[in-house]
Amino acid sequence: MKYFEDIRVGDRYALGRHTFTAGDIKAFATRFDPQLFHVDEAEAEKSHFGALIASGWHTASIWMRLMVAYRRREMDVARARGEPVAEIGPALGFRDLKWPKPVYVGDTIDYASEVVETRASESRPRLGLLTVASTGVNQNGETVISFISTTFVERRPGK
Amino acid sequence: MPKLHWEDFKPGDVAVYGPRLVTREEIVAFAAEFDPQPMHLDEAAASATLLGGLAASGWHVSSLVMRMMADGFILNSASMGGPGVEEMNWLKPLRPGTQIRLRATVMDSRPSKSRPEMGLTKLRYEMLDEAGGVVATMVATAMFGRREKAAS
Repeated sequence: MKYFEDIRVGDRYALGRHTFTAGDIKAFATRFDPQLFHVDEAEAEKSHFGALIASGWHTASIWMRLMVAYRRREMDVARARGEPVAEIGPALGFRDLKWPKPVYVGDTIDYASEVVETRASESRPRLGLLTVASTGVNQNGETVISFISTTFVERRPGK
Repeated sequence: MPKLHWEDFKPGDVAVYGPRLVTREEIVAFAAEFDPQPMHLDEAAASATLLGGLAASGWHVSSLVMRMMADGFILNSASMGGPGVEEMNWLKPLRPGTQIRLRATVMDSRPSKSRPEMGLTKLRYEMLDEAGGVVATMVATAMFGRREKAAS
């Protein structure tokens, strides 16, 4: 991860794609969101969704997984160049999370995040606050998730 | 027990669900799958971070709120899903071995303008630890079927 000072509003992170399988969807929902339209195909067909859909929290958790993998790739590149790597996290939370369309079995969601705000932390001088707007878009170009989240990022040492 | 419908959630209603024990095993399992950062996986690495020790991923906390909502009332309701979450704040690290509870307060209730069979209920949730400390807060709107359809 870049240091706080090197992050600019408008920076965009293309995080990659994930295809949701029935097995994935049911495994997550059985643990955290066992509503019938997330765990049972036959019941889901009778629901107003018409077929099995992923829990919105599953769609969100996959964003986190892809974001962690993205940061790891960035870190590996920085380390290979002998550059220091900034610490990131923990996150403070999110707002305006929307699930405008369901995620069905077989849907491939393309995730991205864009920096919308950076500001210094008043309580923690070593850290800055990074706010990103994130989206997941399905294979038909429809947004299935969007939210705005904030996390701590380390500032460049010595400033 | 009769199924809960939109009409059953009145502004000001408060309910507390749980307790539910959060184990180290499930914290690490969630993190390994969805949020493999050292602060959620390993005590020694976590102690060097702002969390000051192993703690659950924020998305795990959110998913646990969902599970406690499901067990608390959603599964026994005419739930029609949710359009989103206004805000969620992860205020305090969720540590292994914590017994959590979920306090839900109905904030607002309104019929759907476009769908006479549906109503919208806005709730505020607080995840509490044993000492009553607030681990996380969430404000979200849920969609429920109505017991009686509005005249259209």
